[in-house]
Amino acid sequence: MKAVAWCAPHLVRVEEAPDPAIINPRDAIVRVTSTCICGSDLHLVDGFIPFMKPGDILGHEPMGIVEEVGPAVDPDKIKVGDRVVVPFPIGCGECFFCQRQMWSCCENTNPKPSLGETMHGHATAGIFGYSHLTGGYAGGQAQYLRTPLADVNLQKMPEDLTDDQLVFLSDILPTGWMAAEQADIQPDDTVAIWGCGPVGQFTLRSAVLMGAHRVIAIDDESSVPERMQMAREGGAETIDMNSEDVPYRLFEMTGGLGPDSCIDAVGMESHGYHFLGSVYDRVKTSLMLETERPHAFRQAVKCCRKGGTLSVPGVYGGFADKIPLGAIMNKGLTIKTGQTHVHKYVPKLLDEIRQGRIDPSFVITHRLPLSEAPHGYEIFRKKQDGCIKVVLDPAA
Amino acid sequence: MSTVVSKLSDKGSINVARTERLISGALGSALLLTALSGRGAKRLTALGVGSALVYRGFTGHCHAYEALGIDTACGATASDLDRVGVEVSECFLVAKPVEDLYRFWRHLGNLPRFMSHLKEVEALDERRSRWTAAAPLVAGGLIQWDAEIVEDIENQRLAWRTLPESSVDHRGSVEFSPAPGERGVYVRVELTYAPPGGQAGRWIAKLFGEAPEQQVRSDLRKFKRLMEAREIPTIEGQSHASCYGLGQLLHS
Repeated sequence: MKAVAWCAPHLVRVEEAPDPAIINPRDAIVRVTSTCICGSDLHLVDGFIPFMKPGDILGHEPMGIVEEVGPAVDPDKIKVGDRVVVPFPIGCGECFFCQRQMWSCCENTNPKPSLGETMHGHATAGIFGYSHLTGGYAGGQAQYLRTPLADVNLQKMPEDLTDDQLVFLSDILPTGWMAAEQADIQPDDTVAIWGCGPVGQFTLRSAVLMGAHRVIAIDDESSVPERMQMAREGGAETIDMNSEDVPYRLFEMTGGLGPDSCIDAVGMESHGYHFLGSVYDRVKTSLMLETERPHAFRQAVKCCRKGGTLSVPGVYGGFADKIPLGAIMNKGLTIKTGQTHVHKYVPKLLDEIRQGRIDPSFVITHRLPLSEAPHGYEIFRKKQDGCIKVVLDPAA
Repeated sequence: MSTVVSKLSDKGSINVARTERLISGALGSALLLTALSGRGAKRLTALGVGSALVYRGFTGHCHAYEALGIDTACGATASDLDRVGVEVSECFLVAKPVEDLYRFWRHLGNLPRFMSHLKEVEALDERRSRWTAAAPLVAGGLIQWDAEIVEDIENQRLAWRTLPESSVDHRGSVEFSPAPGERGVYVRVELTYAPPGGQAGRWIAKLFGEAPEQQVRSDLRKFKRLMEAREIPTIEGQSHASCYGLGQLLHS
């Protein structure tokens, strides 16, 4: 089969790889019909997450058709021919965390938890195509995908909706929704969101749906005007971090209070302006003394109203410096974060899509054959050609 | 550990335990083979250390041990475990009914499904069983021992120990205790063992990442996974791209 492989930092290639086979009795093989490039894939390609091996297959936002099932897959739940979305974290459905709907914290699906335990104290669930820190599972930017514990993970989809409407249930739609849900939005609240990438777009629309009084999106008008425009179309006001003083604007818009909730939808590769910190982080990450550039996070802490909530869907992997703990403590902030518990949100969000309240396909700007994935990575990374979201077609 | 201080040992007599001798011999031979292909100082070191290890394995005498007054040859017997045994304890929360967990463990034939070194456990009668394990450093690659269950409290506790004439010496227990509310069961495994090859064997094992502490933890986690997920998730054998060697080249 054709698959998108990580060969080295900054080197992604489409390679010929063996077709996946059933390994464990509850595995299934999915023939991928649509698969996407995610902002967090860029962290792997840019070398910000060190646990990649040459030949690892990337991708964690696929959907497709079940092609084969292992002997122990529950036939009442998953059969050959089912149309399914594959959530990016792999759950077992039975452990402490899965039982409490915290699927991305599953205790049983990460085959090599010792790495995460050494670095973080505990390991996350296994995640498709997302480095050996999360188990090293082959990813979904491929023509076929092996999915473990298929009967609790694969999410059956109806036939009357398109791939474009459904594929984002695998990651970014639930991620945006969970980010807004964790922001604990009340009717009179102002919500500020750093980052107008695909997750930011879904977050701001979720915040609007959850009844926020005012939603403010922050990004760079000169380099990604199309994202800012999309945010405004989704019901947000925008602040241009390049030409405006973000904290001043936020305080001014809220009578000095600051936003009730601040959401960091940027993560570890944050680019800051007018701020010495971003230079500091660039130097330290290039010297391998720091793994993240938490500029957006720091600014969110600074701007958030006292007693407010910070929600962090942006991905961080290791260690960050100059976290303003004093501000967090003295302002009494609550921080909520986590890899998305996709399985928990799929039924509700599928219903929202069916009812026509959300049509996630608006973020798609590019459709490419899988064989042009490296070009997709390139334009997505450099934000060229108005690129917001790339969907790959493995059959083309 | 099984080190016994011996001031009376005669010069040149056997002061290295049998398993440790085997390990010495094997490591020494490997080093000598390396020396054949090595160069310079590296080759000389491999030659020197390799010959010493082979000598030590062949004669059973270690000059360093003699100088330090150590003798591992009169290693631990079953009665020594209390004095010299290494203890390992691990505990995992398993979200399944205690009856299922106890029943699975009590059927000793299931043990090789989550204890990675075990090949087979065969029940000889209600209490006694024969265990076969992989042991790469031993001739034939397998070791075998007999064990007996010394305590069996249904759904609470199971304890076993090796029979006195066995080639390995350990005792262990598994305890099932209720976790608060609906959380499931705390499964705690305790092992006391005399490390094969004494302290030296333990160091060598650690060097190769086979430290028993890690082994027990990894095995108990596999038990949890088998019970909760009904299989042990793995990526072994999954598809992988080659990058035509380009990736490795750029990566190194």
